[in-house]
Amino acid sequence: MSLLKYESQLREPLIDGDKDYHQVTEDIISPIESKPGRLWWIGFFVAIALLLFGVYSVYREVTYGIGQWNVNHTAGWGWAITNFVWWIGIGHAGTLISAILLLFRQGWRTGVNRAAEAMTIFAVICAGMFPVFHVGRVWVAFYMFPYPNSRGPLWPNFNSALLWDVFAVSTYFTVSLLFWYTGLLPDLATVRDRAKTKFRKFFYGLTAFGWTGSTKHWQRLESLALVLAGLATPLVLSVHTIVSMDFATSVIPGWHTTIFPPYFVAGAIFSGFAMVQSLLIISRKVMHLEDYITIGHIEAMNKIIVLTGSIVGFAYISELFIAWYSQNPNEWWAFRQSRVNIFSPYGWAYYGMMFCNVVSPQLFWSRKLRRNVTFTFFMAVLVNIGMWFERFVIIFTSIYRDYVPASWSTYYSPSIWEVGFYLGTFGLFFTLYLLFSKYFPVIAVAEIKAILKTSGENYKKKMTPMEKMDTEKFYIEEVEHVH
Amino acid sequence: MRKKFIVGAFDDEKVLFPAVKNVRKAGYKIHDVYTPFPIHGLDHALGLRETSLHTMGFIYGITGTSIALGGMSWIFTTDWPLNIGGKPHFPLPAFIPITFELTVLLSAVGMVWTFCWLCKMMPGVKKHHFNLRSTDDLMVMVIECTSKTNETEVQSFLHNNGAFDINVQEAEDGWWFGRYDREQKLYKTEEVGY
Repeated sequence: MSLLKYESQLREPLIDGDKDYHQVTEDIISPIESKPGRLWWIGFFVAIALLLFGVYSVYREVTYGIGQWNVNHTAGWGWAITNFVWWIGIGHAGTLISAILLLFRQGWRTGVNRAAEAMTIFAVICAGMFPVFHVGRVWVAFYMFPYPNSRGPLWPNFNSALLWDVFAVSTYFTVSLLFWYTGLLPDLATVRDRAKTKFRKFFYGLTAFGWTGSTKHWQRLESLALVLAGLATPLVLSVHTIVSMDFATSVIPGWHTTIFPPYFVAGAIFSGFAMVQSLLIISRKVMHLEDYITIGHIEAMNKIIVLTGSIVGFAYISELFIAWYSQNPNEWWAFRQSRVNIFSPYGWAYYGMMFCNVVSPQLFWSRKLRRNVTFTFFMAVLVNIGMWFERFVIIFTSIYRDYVPASWSTYYSPSIWEVGFYLGTFGLFFTLYLLFSKYFPVIAVAEIKAILKTSGENYKKKMTPMEKMDTEKFYIEEVEHVH
Repeated sequence: MRKKFIVGAFDDEKVLFPAVKNVRKAGYKIHDVYTPFPIHGLDHALGLRETSLHTMGFIYGITGTSIALGGMSWIFTTDWPLNIGGKPHFPLPAFIPITFELTVLLSAVGMVWTFCWLCKMMPGVKKHHFNLRSTDDLMVMVIECTSKTNETEVQSFLHNNGAFDINVQEAEDGWWFGRYDREQKLYKTEEVGY
């Protein structure tokens, strides 16, 4: 890239208002330096309360065993695995924004990537809880890792999709954390260098790792970010592919399908973007970041929601078609009786999922609705509910009626501790997110500055003379002399 | 090592680039330019070579691939060949997910570690900051003085090239362990032999 700071005025500005570099710092860092407002405290206490309830639920599960949940021998995977897949899916949008959009050079990612990446990390933490506690004897959960042990050594089964999951989720967490944190270093240094209090000087001095902003360091950081993005892109696809293989490599009717990997990945991005929307719509309002997370950003994400929602819808329909077309009696029965039949015990979940994920997002074809913040928030919540039901439908309706009708388990309903665990992860997620938004810059300050002169509203106005310039003259005056 | 530097600040890339060019042409040694955000092309303007960090990433990645493939193959064929439903002992397709994950994991962790090593960064590391606004809105050019450098000449040269806030600083150019909430005297005596 050159010094040339020109971007067509047809593109909407990504940063609204009259800004210069210092103003950007001021706008994004000052919420960190002031005391949190009343809304923050209310949110924090609610989150802590949920978290404590979750901790107690987990305590009951660890002490008394999985029997505290209403899962049974037929339906061994109830809420916990549903929640696991749901949370891990939420995380995928963060990586999509930070990695894939970086590779595609999408300028609008800079406004939302930091918060979305943080969301990824917190969502993966929440997701990881479920399989770990679902193993029952959580104190021996480390047996899942292959390490030389005194039991043989007895190694885990590398053929198992469940073990692939262990590797995929832990790698995903580590790589997301590194990606997020290396990007955060320059911004933490910004907070450190303008810190007035002793605590901030100490804390951000420690967390910024001694970042100075040296040209060589920037060069290395950019190279690092690019390679990490290149690694994270196939990684994020692999993670949900592997999660889908937990089901697809089994021989359960309803699970044993080759469409699962792409279908799960699209669903993950779909639900993740919905979660990003709901978090950012609140954050931008509460922290007054409307200039950085503009309606344009919200619209861009809504476009992805309608795209992935349609992919998901297409997958639902083709899955149903293939179940019939394959003429496999078990597969077709799982669909016809346990899902499509609205009078079956969980038929309502199937139609709820269809409505929330396939029908309602189609409203986003309307530009007016895509740019409506309140409507977007409402839709985001709806999509997240729908995607939770999708996982519930896939997991639960496939197993609650197995091959032996005598062992059908129609009357599964989660116990309070099963629900409590789920609520607890919400508490954990929001506690972490609120702490993040209080102590860390929720928008990548340095990256915003890097695009300010191309995409800032006040700079775009100055491009009018350039726009009118003759191509030849433009090249000589604006391009050639800087090289 | 303690050295003497001449520090000038710029507030616009358009002024900075010609200044870098002129300063280098005049034969002064640019210690570094500190910027609040990545400025593309500045590394080339300063004559820095491309980083080889990505090569290291590749090497770490290949290491991960080898560890995963080698490890799983050894475990399943030699160390403890388990019969899992009559499946083959060397099921290569089933090894691919874990191999891929470990490749990515080692590559990412290794690269970040190398990045921190090369940039001398970790919690508790402290460095001298020539101008605190270099992480906010200013691009700060730092010129290293030698025994022959005429300070006033360099200062006026910087001024003519659009720099402001020009000053001379004596500072440690490396890093040390320290805390940012404390002032630290690294040197007891003031005399420096130039």
